[in-house]
Amino acid sequence: MSAVLEIAGLRKTYKSRKGVRRALDGFDMVVEAGQVHGFLGPNGSGKTTTLRTLLGLIRPDGGRMVLLGREVPAALPEVAGSVGAIVESPQFFGNFSAQDTLALLADAGGVDKRRVTEVLELVGLRDRAKDRVKSYSLGMKQRLAVASALLKNPRLLILDEPANGLDPGGIREMRSLMRNLAESGMTVLLSSHILGEIQLICDSVTIIAAGRRVTAGSVAEVLAANASASVRVRLDTVTDLPAVANLLRELGAQVSLENDHLLVSGAQPSAINRELATRGVFVSELAPVTADLESVFLELTGTAPVEGEHRQVDQTVASAAGSTNGWGR
Amino acid sequence: MSLFRAETRRLTKRRFTKFFLLGVLLILAAVAVGMGATNQKRGPETAAAAQAEARQEFEAAVERSKADKQACEAAQGTPDAGNWPSNCADMYEPQQADFDPQWYEPATFQFEESFPAMVVVLASLLAAAAFVIGASYVGAEWNSGGMMNLLLWRPKRVQVLGTKLLALLSVFTVLTVVLSALWTGVFALIGEFRGSMEGMTAGAWQSVALTELRGLVIVLVAGAVGFGLASIGRHTAVAMGAAIGVIAVLQVGLATVLSLAGTKFVDAYLAPAWLSAWMLKEVKLEDWNACNFSPTGCEPDTLTLTWPMAGGLLGGILVLIVALALWSIRSRDIT
Repeated sequence: MSAVLEIAGLRKTYKSRKGVRRALDGFDMVVEAGQVHGFLGPNGSGKTTTLRTLLGLIRPDGGRMVLLGREVPAALPEVAGSVGAIVESPQFFGNFSAQDTLALLADAGGVDKRRVTEVLELVGLRDRAKDRVKSYSLGMKQRLAVASALLKNPRLLILDEPANGLDPGGIREMRSLMRNLAESGMTVLLSSHILGEIQLICDSVTIIAAGRRVTAGSVAEVLAANASASVRVRLDTVTDLPAVANLLRELGAQVSLENDHLLVSGAQPSAINRELATRGVFVSELAPVTADLESVFLELTGTAPVEGEHRQVDQTVASAAGSTNGWGR
Repeated sequence: MSLFRAETRRLTKRRFTKFFLLGVLLILAAVAVGMGATNQKRGPETAAAAQAEARQEFEAAVERSKADKQACEAAQGTPDAGNWPSNCADMYEPQQADFDPQWYEPATFQFEESFPAMVVVLASLLAAAAFVIGASYVGAEWNSGGMMNLLLWRPKRVQVLGTKLLALLSVFTVLTVVLSALWTGVFALIGEFRGSMEGMTAGAWQSVALTELRGLVIVLVAGAVGFGLASIGRHTAVAMGAAIGVIAVLQVGLATVLSLAGTKFVDAYLAPAWLSAWMLKEVKLEDWNACNFSPTGCEPDTLTLTWPMAGGLLGGILVLIVALALWSIRSRDIT
């Protein structure tokens, strides 16, 4: 499998009166052809800066970017025709119809006008194509944005938060659209905060925090690498939990006492079951805890909410570990 | 070429463009109708009527003068004498020459004399429209993210901005040429039926064409400057703010400060004099504080602004702002 997008050591620094902010601090990413690749990160982590830099809107301070085998930004004019993108939610002129908006883009990009009808059909706006955009809901505008990115029939589709404003039905349609596009050979790079969606749609992910990659790989690999391999133990009588916790600790397991169950790691489920049964304690549930992308994301980026604390934007594991991401002198 | 075509369509499809130009057309129509309604063709009948009115006015003035003289003489030696001259014989007596029948002729539209001012009206309105529409056209694109969207399709920033500017200037060139032709035609009709086309030789028509050509240049410079300012500031409001700032601070404020400082030729520092110099070929500024003795009396110092001087200034402003806009889009991040 060949890479359609490669980023290595990408750096971007913003200077202002408030100081210097490293938006990207040696960021790396690889997206293989034909995949749906999720690009995740907390607010202000550098996702949009990465996409803008990749698309030539922002000049990087260092690093290397390759799109469809060509180094960018130098070769961007040559590869732009094969890259469809929406970066954040583009606004459209409210008094133009979707048809006009796309026809003007098709004209500007030298795309066959028939493609306009095709993409309007594809994103479900066919029957509202002649309505003014100002009469559209947020979700419909989002569909129009996706349509504008699809207009070129690109080899690589870059979508920043495409599910923004979509209703559940719309999200599901967007999911199946992404899948169909990937099946047709198109590579899709998807930035989103809806982690459940990413887990369902994407083949692989890259997680960014404080301008640096914190993990990357196939969804299964990322989940496996960050799974805690713990077991949830529930008893018939909740009052027995502290005693059982002590018992399991004596066996060398790490035990976390939760409200109505125990989380046990460092011991096989069969060993736990056998030991408790021999002591006359019977479990009502003994199940391995499976990690989901959301918990992996929260753990890796250090953005899980903590009771009594108000996490600030830019406050992540990477920034806490001494990165200069965020405004600093 | 496809980008140019798309940009031309985008500009002409905008509601703001349509409504603003409709407003300009309505004002132009009102000016033409007003000029047509307030002018009349002169002929033997109007000349006879003017002569009769002049004579009537003269006779009435003579009657009033006689009555005043009698009142003056009657008042001599009375307390009322202070209200009259001491020598009643020296009182002014109206003369026939004081009542030139020409002054009583109705207003008439002398095409050769009056049309250049009408060209200035047309150019001023179109220049204002070009400035505002140019600023809004690119400002709204920056503001809405449309420019970013377009650059994702055409990642050649200078070429994209240059094409947009070219589309704006092309649309206004066509519009100005068409409207100038219509404007000339309408006022030629007004001259024909409500005035006179006397003196309109081939040379005079050539002069009209050159004035209209200079009007076209003003329109294009205004459009490019509005476009450039909005693009530098990436918002329509920047161009509008700059325009208001130039008028309020530089024009009104500067005029006041320079007048207080007793600067010679204050008008030479203000835009209207230069615009007049450009449109009317030259403007002579006079400094009445200076007194140069001559056989005819005190002559003021003069400064003549010519159209090549004004052209140089316009060109300088145009090059500066367009170059800054192109440099800005080339070097600044698009966020």
